[in-house]
Amino acid sequence: MGSQGGFGQSKEFLDLIKSIGEARSKAEEDRIVINEIEILKKRIIEPDIPKRKMKEYIMRLVYVEMLGHDASFGYIHAVKMTHDDNLHSKRTGYLAVTLFLNEDHDLIILIVNTIQKDLKSDNYLVVCAALNAVCKLINEETIPAVLPQVVDLLGHSKEAVRKKAVMALHRFHQKSPSSVNHLVTNFRKRLCDNDPGVMGSTLCPLYDLISEDVNSYKDLVVSFVSILKQVAERRLPKSYDYHQMPAPFIQIKLLKILALLGSGDKKASEQMYTIVGDIMRKSDSSSNIGNAILYECICCVSSIHPNPKLLESAAEAVAKFLKNDSHNLKYLGIDALGRLIKISAEIAEQHQLAVIDCLEDPDDTLKRKTFELLYKMTKPSNVEVIVDRMIDYMMSINDNHYKTEIASRCVELAEQFAPSNQWFIQTMNKVFEHAGDLVNLKVAHNLMRLIAEGFGEEDETADSQLRSSAVESYLRIMGEPKLPSAFLQVICWVLGEYGTADGKYSASYITGKISDIAEAHSTDDMVKGYAVSALMKVYSFEIAAGRKVDMLPECQSFIEELLASNSTDLQQRAYELQSVVGLDARAVESIIPMDASCEDIEVDRELSFLNGYVQESLNKGAQPYIPENERSGASSISNFRIEHHVPSGHSLRFEAYELPKASVPSRPPVPPVSATELVPVPEPTYHTEFHEAVAPKLSVSGTGSSEIKLRLDGVQKKWGKQTYSSSSPSTSDSDIHKTQNGATKRDVPSSLSSKARDVSYDSRKQQEDVDPEKQKLAASLFGGASKPEKRPPASHKASRPNSHAADKSNAEKSGPSDGGAVKASPQPPPDLLDLGEPTSISNATSVDPFKQLEGLLDSNEGTTAPGSSSSTKAPDLMSLYGDTSLSGQNIGTANLLSTSSSDANLISDVSHAPDRNGHGTGSAVTLSTPLSKGPNTKDALEKDALVRQMGVNPTSQNPNLFKDLLG
Amino acid sequence: MIKAVMVINTLGKPRLSKFYEFQPAEKQQELIRHVYAVLSSRPDNVSNFIRSLGTVFGPDTRLVYKHYATLYFVFLFDNSENELAMLDLIQVFVETLDKCFKSVCELDVVFNYSKMHTILDEIILGGQVLETDSVEVMRAVEEISKLESTTSAGTMINKSIPSWWAR
Repeated sequence: MGSQGGFGQSKEFLDLIKSIGEARSKAEEDRIVINEIEILKKRIIEPDIPKRKMKEYIMRLVYVEMLGHDASFGYIHAVKMTHDDNLHSKRTGYLAVTLFLNEDHDLIILIVNTIQKDLKSDNYLVVCAALNAVCKLINEETIPAVLPQVVDLLGHSKEAVRKKAVMALHRFHQKSPSSVNHLVTNFRKRLCDNDPGVMGSTLCPLYDLISEDVNSYKDLVVSFVSILKQVAERRLPKSYDYHQMPAPFIQIKLLKILALLGSGDKKASEQMYTIVGDIMRKSDSSSNIGNAILYECICCVSSIHPNPKLLESAAEAVAKFLKNDSHNLKYLGIDALGRLIKISAEIAEQHQLAVIDCLEDPDDTLKRKTFELLYKMTKPSNVEVIVDRMIDYMMSINDNHYKTEIASRCVELAEQFAPSNQWFIQTMNKVFEHAGDLVNLKVAHNLMRLIAEGFGEEDETADSQLRSSAVESYLRIMGEPKLPSAFLQVICWVLGEYGTADGKYSASYITGKISDIAEAHSTDDMVKGYAVSALMKVYSFEIAAGRKVDMLPECQSFIEELLASNSTDLQQRAYELQSVVGLDARAVESIIPMDASCEDIEVDRELSFLNGYVQESLNKGAQPYIPENERSGASSISNFRIEHHVPSGHSLRFEAYELPKASVPSRPPVPPVSATELVPVPEPTYHTEFHEAVAPKLSVSGTGSSEIKLRLDGVQKKWGKQTYSSSSPSTSDSDIHKTQNGATKRDVPSSLSSKARDVSYDSRKQQEDVDPEKQKLAASLFGGASKPEKRPPASHKASRPNSHAADKSNAEKSGPSDGGAVKASPQPPPDLLDLGEPTSISNATSVDPFKQLEGLLDSNEGTTAPGSSSSTKAPDLMSLYGDTSLSGQNIGTANLLSTSSSDANLISDVSHAPDRNGHGTGSAVTLSTPLSKGPNTKDALEKDALVRQMGVNPTSQNPNLFKDLLG
Repeated sequence: MIKAVMVINTLGKPRLSKFYEFQPAEKQQELIRHVYAVLSSRPDNVSNFIRSLGTVFGPDTRLVYKHYATLYFVFLFDNSENELAMLDLIQVFVETLDKCFKSVCELDVVFNYSKMHTILDEIILGGQVLETDSVEVMRAVEEISKLESTTSAGTMINKSIPSWWAR
């Protein structure tokens, strides 16, 4: 037993691994592991185990725990092992405890002392092992115990130790920022560590610190920029290269930090433009890591104060990503595109086809990312296509988590951009049908409200049309099996309110349908509650209209069933229905007026209509009501408003009843709030619906027994008009309203420019035969329905092998001055412009090239001493200039050159700038081209004709796609 | 920060798992199973990134994985890291293993469990990337094993696998 296998580990351990490897089932594996645990339990407590044996036991424990079994009996032995003098044992012990224990484990206290000792060890490997453990095991309480040692280690001679010490401090900061607040300067100091590795590791904590508080680190921008410059210029030792890229991980971290620092800060951003531009230009897009840097650059560019030149090269990089075959790069391209469109929406239009490709990709990750992008770029013109796509995708997946997310996005987009009520209702129906259990109940209520209010339009006929169409669609859908509860509630409510409103369906038909629902979902009390309320409404509308009510037998039996229901709520509804049906027309009409769900309900918080009743009771010698706060010591009885034997607005009481005197309603004058609890219903919103129907009756009948149900604040919020303006649904409502009136709004100039770009893009791509149906989809996604007459001709033109159009558009774009130079390539001239360019565009007044140069030199100086706060030292300029190392001089002169030689370009830029500005303002102004929404046969015909013109048979491949497009 | 590193074989057995935020053992198993379920359902030739991991992980957790022969190398991290960079970090890790074990295979991973941890500890510390140069990592690891072997007999498993392990 336990004989050495000759491979360091005993044969036993190897056998264990082998048998687990060969285990046929999880059960077999479990059996083996449990057996192993039993063996270890016995072995590990034997006295005098040789060290090597013990180490192996510990490793076996770690292994067992990785396989998901409890090895806690051995924790203490792992802890003991950390005390060992033998380095290997100690390391094994530390490894085991970091894997076994968490920072709040009881055994930690036994380790802290060892860690303290080891942090002071001469052997740096011991120190490293201890620092490893520190990162994992030290919690807020024990930080002070090791903090001084860790801080000392920041000055250790070995860079590996310094690095780990920085990391440990970072960890402390994560766990308890307050404990290391005074040490933040240490990070700044370590930034100028001689060893680039230590400097690199300092970036991690600094990134965290900066993301918490940007403003106090603005002074470091210069240092970061100069470090990045040095890294990018390969001034670091060769060993930091990775796949021919100089220290890419450091570059990425730096770019992330710069993105934080430059966000919304023009001054800081201007310092970064040059270096970011340089890196983008130099980046090697053939290697993975090169692309990682490029991607980080795009993120940085999209986060800092925008610079047109950089944005342009970012857009180019995105194009490269999207055209790449690698899914990873496509994914990043989509992600980056999502960032860039926040700054300028037109960029997306060049990449329409690529985006469509990603949407149809089998890769789920990519698809979801693309939906995220589409979600960001949804506007009234493309909402229909996007939401339809989303719903299609939603139906196809099983992942509930993501389904919920995408469903809520559909709802959000539909609420925000819905082109028509009809469409909105249809969309919501689809969402409810397929993900009804996953969407927020609020959505259901919004839908009900929308149907009731009809977008707040004055036009009553449109409203009633909307309602009829809703009723019709629900009657159709109703039969489907497995509808979610929330959707059924909506259906019941709508049928109850509007089922008979347009006279198309008879009351008996509607009530029959409602009781069908109730029957089919007899286990769902919520649905039943909605159903019985709906029945009540239908009947009372009938009575109010003077028709005789014949209750269908199935309704009758349904109500009878509810009369005996366990749920008091359902019971009450059933009784109410019974008594309402027995009343005469006038009374019923005032109890449940037609289409009154949106009416404001006057809330008499004082319940003044009861005053007479109260007075009467008082006169008969009843006890007056004492507000709760005055109730101590049966003293002042003057303040009362409500009679005490009005049934209190309290919920079911579980405590014993007190003496009569104390059983006075416990709440001061306003019982409505607590009244909610009268009936124990799981969902408060349910109530809303219910009381909306009952409340009017109460205010009319005015008998003391029923005001308990007045739960009016909630009702008002939901249905009242005043509160709409503040609540979030209301904005969406108004949005919808807007889109409905104004049709689609689009900026003509920007669409023109994008057209020009499309042309150049297409002409480049013309050899590839692009699937025309995708083009159409792209057009509907990006161009939107607003310019169907414009886009297709553009692409049509481009499809001819004729580069003339492209050239022309380019010439147009770049202006006459350098038209010749740029003609050949659509890319901008390799820049050199970065320096002068931002100033020429943004503020042509203040910056002169020398200032720029000065800043540059300064940052060079910052390189040699990054910590020193170097801002502007104009007098030193010349001396610095003389001193700078060769490469520094090179930069200086290069930049000098660039600033002077950019004169010519500056002109072009200037001519360019207004052009751009023109676009900018154009998009701000948003000229609206009114266009009627919804299925428009004339449009459809036109589109169809266009499609044919392009040589496509619309019905050839994917009829659904064309349904999207042709309405 | 990096939240977890996992190495799972294609049959779903964990070969290495390290969590930089403490998770109880049962939760760890659940996470590993979940990750495996997600990975095994993905076809080849798709991207190496996964975003929507459901509620099992915190919000905004990303996953990058790479499939080598019989092993999945999985890194889980939050939005402070770059996906492609993480992909390359996996590459660094595997390259280091490769150098360390002379063309690494699953068996090396299984048998040199503690060495795997040592290597990983040199690359990632407390959830932050510590070192990305595989040569540098190798040097640190070798130094450790040299020092260890002076204090105790060598524990490195010989590359040659006993004949009974013929699978």
